[in-house]
Amino acid sequence: MQVTITVNGLPYTREVEPRLLLVHFLRDELNLTGTHWGCDTSNCGVCTVQLDGVPVKSCTVLAVMADGHEVTTVEGLERDGELDAVQKGFMECHGLQCGFCTPGMLLTARWLLDREPHPDEGTIREAISGQLCRCTGYENIVKSIQRAAEL
Amino acid sequence: MSFGRMHRKEDARFIRGRGNYVDDVRLPGMLHGAILRSPHAHARILSIDTSAAEAHPKVRAVITGQTLAGLNLAWMPTLSNDVQAVLATDKVRFQGQEVAFVVAEDAYSARDALELIEVDYEPLDAVVDARRALDEDSPVIRDDLEGRTSNRIFDWEAGDRERTDAIFAGAEVTINQDMIYPRVHPAPLETCGAVADFDKVTGKLTVWCPTQAPHAHRTLYALVAGLPEHKIRVISPDIGGGFGGKVGIYPGYVCAIVGSIVTGRPVKWMEDRSENLMATAFARDYHMSGEVAATRDGVIQAIRVKVLADHGAFNGTAQPTKFPAGFFHVFTGSYDLQAAHCEVTGVYTNKAPGGVAYACSFRVTEAVYLVERLIDVLAAELGLDPAELRLRNLLKPDQFPYTSPTGWEYDSGDYIKTMRMAMDIAGYDKLRAEQADKRARGELMGIGISFFTEAVGAGPRKHMDILGLGMADGAELRVHPTGKAVLRVSCQSQGQGHETTFAQIVGHELGIPADDVEVVHGDTDQTPFGLGTYGSRSTPVSGAATAIVARKVRERARLVAAAMLECSPDDLDWQIDESAEGRAGSWAVRGDPASRKSMQEIALAAHSALELPDGVEGHLDAVTVYNPPNLTYPFGAYICVVDVDPGTGQVKVRRFVAVDDCGVRINPMIVEGQIHGGLADGVGMALMQVMAFDEEGNHLGASFMDYLLPTSMECPSWELGETVTPSPHHPLGAKGVGESATVGSPPAVVNAVVDALAPYGIRHADMPLTPANVWRVIQGDPFRTDLAIP
Ligand code: FES
Ligand code: FES
Repeated sequence: MQVTITVNGLPYTREVEPRLLLVHFLRDELNLTGTHWGCDTSNCGVCTVQLDGVPVKSCTVLAVMADGHEVTTVEGLERDGELDAVQKGFMECHGLQCGFCTPGMLLTARWLLDREPHPDEGTIREAISGQLCRCTGYENIVKSIQRAAEL
Repeated sequence: MSFGRMHRKEDARFIRGRGNYVDDVRLPGMLHGAILRSPHAHARILSIDTSAAEAHPKVRAVITGQTLAGLNLAWMPTLSNDVQAVLATDKVRFQGQEVAFVVAEDAYSARDALELIEVDYEPLDAVVDARRALDEDSPVIRDDLEGRTSNRIFDWEAGDRERTDAIFAGAEVTINQDMIYPRVHPAPLETCGAVADFDKVTGKLTVWCPTQAPHAHRTLYALVAGLPEHKIRVISPDIGGGFGGKVGIYPGYVCAIVGSIVTGRPVKWMEDRSENLMATAFARDYHMSGEVAATRDGVIQAIRVKVLADHGAFNGTAQPTKFPAGFFHVFTGSYDLQAAHCEVTGVYTNKAPGGVAYACSFRVTEAVYLVERLIDVLAAELGLDPAELRLRNLLKPDQFPYTSPTGWEYDSGDYIKTMRMAMDIAGYDKLRAEQADKRARGELMGIGISFFTEAVGAGPRKHMDILGLGMADGAELRVHPTGKAVLRVSCQSQGQGHETTFAQIVGHELGIPADDVEVVHGDTDQTPFGLGTYGSRSTPVSGAATAIVARKVRERARLVAAAMLECSPDDLDWQIDESAEGRAGSWAVRGDPASRKSMQEIALAAHSALELPDGVEGHLDAVTVYNPPNLTYPFGAYICVVDVDPGTGQVKVRRFVAVDDCGVRINPMIVEGQIHGGLADGVGMALMQVMAFDEEGNHLGASFMDYLLPTSMECPSWELGETVTPSPHHPLGAKGVGESATVGSPPAVVNAVVDALAPYGIRHADMPLTPANVWRVIQGDPFRTDLAIP
């Protein structure tokens, strides 16, 4: 099947199998390997991207479902050489260690701050609760998002 | 910037999605592999029919145990001198075991083709419960090993049995408690995988694989496959978490290599999550029976332990050859005892192999859990506050270096100070008062303490090895003419931030900015030999190697500086100037500090036409190998506060105070981050993580739906404190910290929950303390957490 998906502002048209997952479309067709894959059951969230501005687990979306839609991945956060505030926040507050969960966390954080510029700790924890991190114990992820809100 | 909170260099790529993990490696013409796994825990393989899979238009090869047997590769050595099937030939011995490997043009087709392979199995009775493994009528799992008639792997003991028994015989008070440290899995978010590329023309094999020990892998591949070691290059790219699960070699890696040799093209193999949970290294699975002898006024005299260790179907634990139970015999913990003794029996069961994996410091985790639970049981028996009981028995500063009853030499410690700091931060007395109020109202609140001593930084090479390879690590430092440096180390980061911490060490020693130091790691063609990163050994071992190699460079620089300043090297003093711009080092003439040469000036001169005295080579580069004289012994005091809902059994971790002493902290930001992660692990293991099995050996935790990991909602905001007791033998006084919190936190959480349940007369409950389990414990009807067997 042919799909056209706008990713980070650019349209991409590709011939794909109907069963192709969006995460594999991004990684294998477009070579956008910042979006990761980590589980078979839609639990880990390392595949999180924004679909029309809303965070989704791209392992749970078929590429054909994204046909005609807009996707933002971690590669799309930096604009004109300027890092997004969430990227700066994570760097300043040590919000990442191995970096595997980070792209997904950044996209959820961006979405949260777009809706709620100054979230409290509980709101942040809830927003990222569908995404696992095995390294940070979440503490510095929360702080990073709080810091991003100030930037 | 020298030591201190420097932002991480590696973040620049990770926050942009520019990390390079193994699944991001793409080579021209690359094929994709997938593994067919056993649905049975124990079964004889009668036949395998691969013809339909081979006929699939996108399949390029199908490899079975028989194919491998032809190459003498059907079995590979494990890290404990056992053998493990790469692809099963005779029997399958755990659910999820590797049976066949398909190589196809793309990953989806490879998976499709797995469905086309027909395997005829004859199911056999499975040994699931370790406590039944040695029964007379138990099926023998390892009938592949000649002469083996039972599932016993080893019996091992440590300590002084007679002295311990004598103390028990005369003790005023004794207590005993059975406990299970259930089977868990480290579950890094990146699963395991490999890309193998064998170049037929040059004979060179390159393997990209997220390994914590790339050099050990290279040597093992050479030994297993008979390939010359200089023709093997192992590249460990960015790793999405390891936690011990990425130390060993998995069958999939060997399959990818064979796939590349057979097809002449690069082959990628990536496991999925259920494969990761079912077949890669588990941790723990220790069934422990502990006893304490004490005086009535709370002086602990001796500990006696029996352990049944479930090693799964192949003994694959990664631990020094001398120590089949790892460092478990450090179980006397942080206390001043007269004697101790342990007996450990290792058995085979029909479960995945593995062993020490999961940030456990070679089973110090199990040891600390045991002793910290026993102390609380003793406190309950004596009617003493568990903090008070610990304070009475903790080692005193003047007892260090301290030789433990089982032979460990603790390097340094000031335990009581650390314990008091944790109690102060927690407001311990107030918490106890609050608890008393709540109890009076029928509410369940618990306060749990754990005091741990870790044993990390393995190790002195004469005692510590993996398959005969001594645990010493190399470092190589080059200083370029402009004074910028490249450090090459044998250890490999899985998120620990080595590129930053090690650059800081070089910057500190050479007096140059850490930003001027590039750290190269994870590529065996580019780095010196060493055993890698696990057991919190990077800073204790490679960090020490880095400091020493930098000091060698500094001494070489002194000779060049002397030539520049036309004086004797003995007349020079090393001088460090701290300023807002950072730290600048120079060699200065004694008594004339204005006559000096900075490291940058010296580096340029060392590469110039400057005439050097006889015997001075020029250039500044140096290499070293660091063989630690002893382990390092970080320690800490943790206090956890929980609230338990008596109606549902739900546990809420309200507060968690952690005071860690890991000696000198090179980058406190990174140290704290590692502690946070380990604390979350502890909460996870104590409350939710377990790999249980049913009586047929079916894995009941093979997805993230069933194997629960803590999220941001289960974790409190961690409250940290620090004390600094430098290690006397480490060149920087550092001790290592990566695993401390994973080791120390589970008993604090369990002690807190058991404390909350004290009104019901409960003294112990096994992990994980899920709502269902806690509720059953309250009803006086606890269930087995590790097995779903009635
Ligand atoms: S890969 Fe785990 S939720 Fe998508
Ligand atoms: S930083 Fe490693 S999983 Fe989050």
